[in-house]
Amino acid sequence: MSLNAWIWLIVGLSFALYIGIAIWARAGSTSEFYAAGGGVPPVMNGMATAADWMSAASFISMAGLISNLGYGGGVFLMGWTGGYVLLAMTLAPYLRKFGKFTVPQFIGDRYYSKTAAVVAVLCLLIASITYIIGQMTGVGVAFSRFLGVPKEMGIYIGMAIVFMYAVFGGMKGITYTQVAQYIVLIVAYTIPAIFISAMLTGNPLPQLALGSTLKGSDVYLLERLDQIVTELGFGKYTTTTVGSTLNMFVYTLSLMIGTAGLPHVIMRFFTVPRVKDARASAGWALVFIAILYTTAPAVGAMARYNLLATVYPAALENKPMVTADQGIRYEERPDWMKRWEVTGLLIFSDKNGDGRIQYYNDKTKDEAAKQKFEQAGWKGNELTVDADIIVLANPEIAMLPNWVIGLIAAGGLAAALSTAAGLLMAIAAAISHDLVKGVFAPNISEKGELMAGRIAMAISILVAGYLGLNPPGFAAGTVALAFGLAASSLFPAIMMGIFSKKMNKEGVIAGMIAGIVVTLFYVFAHKGIFFIKGTEYLDLIGGPNSFFGITPEAFGAVGAAVNFIVAFLVDKFTPEPPAHIQALVESVRVPRGAKAVDGAHVH
Amino acid sequence: MDKSPDAYWKATLRLIGTVLVIWFAVSYLAGILLAPVLNSIHLGGYPLGFWFAQQGSIYVFVALIFWYAKRMDGIDREFDVHEE
Repeated sequence: MSLNAWIWLIVGLSFALYIGIAIWARAGSTSEFYAAGGGVPPVMNGMATAADWMSAASFISMAGLISNLGYGGGVFLMGWTGGYVLLAMTLAPYLRKFGKFTVPQFIGDRYYSKTAAVVAVLCLLIASITYIIGQMTGVGVAFSRFLGVPKEMGIYIGMAIVFMYAVFGGMKGITYTQVAQYIVLIVAYTIPAIFISAMLTGNPLPQLALGSTLKGSDVYLLERLDQIVTELGFGKYTTTTVGSTLNMFVYTLSLMIGTAGLPHVIMRFFTVPRVKDARASAGWALVFIAILYTTAPAVGAMARYNLLATVYPAALENKPMVTADQGIRYEERPDWMKRWEVTGLLIFSDKNGDGRIQYYNDKTKDEAAKQKFEQAGWKGNELTVDADIIVLANPEIAMLPNWVIGLIAAGGLAAALSTAAGLLMAIAAAISHDLVKGVFAPNISEKGELMAGRIAMAISILVAGYLGLNPPGFAAGTVALAFGLAASSLFPAIMMGIFSKKMNKEGVIAGMIAGIVVTLFYVFAHKGIFFIKGTEYLDLIGGPNSFFGITPEAFGAVGAAVNFIVAFLVDKFTPEPPAHIQALVESVRVPRGAKAVDGAHVH
Repeated sequence: MDKSPDAYWKATLRLIGTVLVIWFAVSYLAGILLAPVLNSIHLGGYPLGFWFAQQGSIYVFVALIFWYAKRMDGIDREFDVHEE
C-alpha cells in the first residue's frame, strides 16, 4: 500500500472513532456540558487530561527542541510535569470540593466580587485564545504536510470535527474523545521511538536505551554524542544550559506555575466524582504524560545522533569528521532529506562549493576548533534543519514502514485537536457561564444557558479557525504570554483563596493586575506592544534580558512573585473578608460534604 | 488527640511541605543547581545531573503525587473528614 493510502486510512479511521464517540456522548444538561456530569473515573480522567495537556507543541516540537538544546531541554521536561505536583496538592482537590464549573466562578465567589471574576475571565480568555491559535495552525500544517491538501482545507476539516463533538457533547463528548485521542497519540509517539532505540542500542525501551551503549560497541550513546557534537563546535550535549543557571531555574519554575494555572487543565478536575479522585486523577494524568515526556529525551538525542551520522559517515567509524573529504556528498543524500527540502524546513547551501554537506557550529568560541574548520576548507555551516521536523521525519530517517508514518500523522492531529477542544471548552464556559449567567443574565434557564454555551463554543471555533487561517505575526511568541498570564495571575489568586482565609478582594484584584502588568511589560519590551513589530522598548528596561539575565519566556515566575507580594501588602491595609467567606474557605479545605458539581451562583 | 479543623489543616500543610521539599530537591537541586557536581557520577550511560533533569525528576513527581494522595486519604480518615 502506498504511503498516502496508509495516511488516509489511519487518519480516516481515527476521525471516524472521534465522531462515533461524539454521537454516543451527547450532553443533555449543563452539568454534563461543563463537567461531564461529574462522573468520569480518575484513570480515564487522567488520560483525558494528558491528551488535553499535550498539544501539538509537546508532540511535534518538544523532542526537536531537546535535540538542539541537549541538557537545557530539561527545562521543558521538568517544567511541564512538575506543575502537576503543585496542581494535585494546592488546587485540584479544593476546587473539586468547591464544586462549581469554572475557575472565574471560584474566584468570583471566594472573593465576593464580580470585578475579580471579570478580571479572571479576561486572563482566561487571553491565555486560552493565544494558545488555541497554535493548535489550529498545527492542524493545518499536519494536514498539508501529510495529506497534501491545502492548509486552509485542513483547518476547515479540523474545525468541523471539533464542532461535532465539542458543541454537541460538551465536556462529556470532549472527555471521551480525548481518551481515544490519548491512545492514538501515545502509540504514534512510542512506536518509532522503540524501533529506533532497538536499532541504535539493542535496548527497545527508550528510557533505558538513552543510557545504554551503542550496538556493537562499549561506548555509551550519550558519551559518543558528546564527542561528536563538541568536535563540530557545538556545546556538549549533556551539560549545555539554556541561558544562565538562574535563567534555567526561573524558566522551570514559570512553566510549572503556568501549568498549574492553565484553566483548561484545572477544569478537568471538576469532572471526577469525589475529592479523593481529584488527587489521584492528577497522578494518573502525570503517569500518562510521563510516558511521552520520558520518551522525548531519547527521541531527541537519537535523532541528533542519526542526523550527524548521516551527514558524517566517519562518525560511525570513530574517525575524525573535520576533514576536507567529510560531509556526505549532496547527490548521495538520503531520500528523506530530499522530501523535507521541498518543504523548506531543511535547507542546504554549498558555501565552499565542494558538493558536500558540512553541518557544524561556525560560531563556536573554541579557537582550536575554528582553526580545524578552516584547515579543512569549511566556509560556514551549510545545513539548516527546522526543529519541528525531528519527530515528523524520525520514522523516515530510521527507514520505518509506511504505516508508522501514517500513525505519526494521526498522532499529531490527535494532539492538536484534543488540546483545541479543551481550550474551546474553557473559553465557552467562561463566556456562557461566567459572563452571560454570572453577570448579564443571572435568571437564564438551564436550557437557555446550555444553548448559550453551545453558541459561545461555535463562535469560538469560528474565531479560532479564522486566527488559524490568518495567524497574527505573534503566534510564535504567545506561548510565553499564555504561560506568563496563567502563572502571574490565575495561579496565585486561586492558591491564596484556599490557603489564606484572610485574603480579601482588594488584595487579590491588586495582585492579579500587578502580576499581569509586570509580566506584560517585560514580555512586550522584548516582543513589541501586543506583539507588533517595531514597538519593542528594550532601551527602557536596559537591554534584552536585563532582569538578572532572565528571558521573557521565563518571566512568569517573577510575575507570580509580584502578585503574591502586592496581594499581601494591599490585604494588610484593607478590611478582612466577611465571616461567611472565611467559613467558605474552611469548608473547602475538608473533603467531607463534597457534592456533585453544579453551576449555582452565590447571590 | 486533637481532631479540630485547625489540626487537620496543620497535618495537611505538613504533608504538602514534605512533598514540596522532595519536589524541589529532585528538580531544582539535583536537576539544575547541583547538576554539574552530580554529573561526575554515572548511572549507566547517564551523567546523574542530566538524568535527574531529563528522566529522574519526572519519575519522582509521579511517585510523589500518588504518595501524597495516599497519605492525604489517611489523614482524612484519621480526622474523620473523609467522604462517605
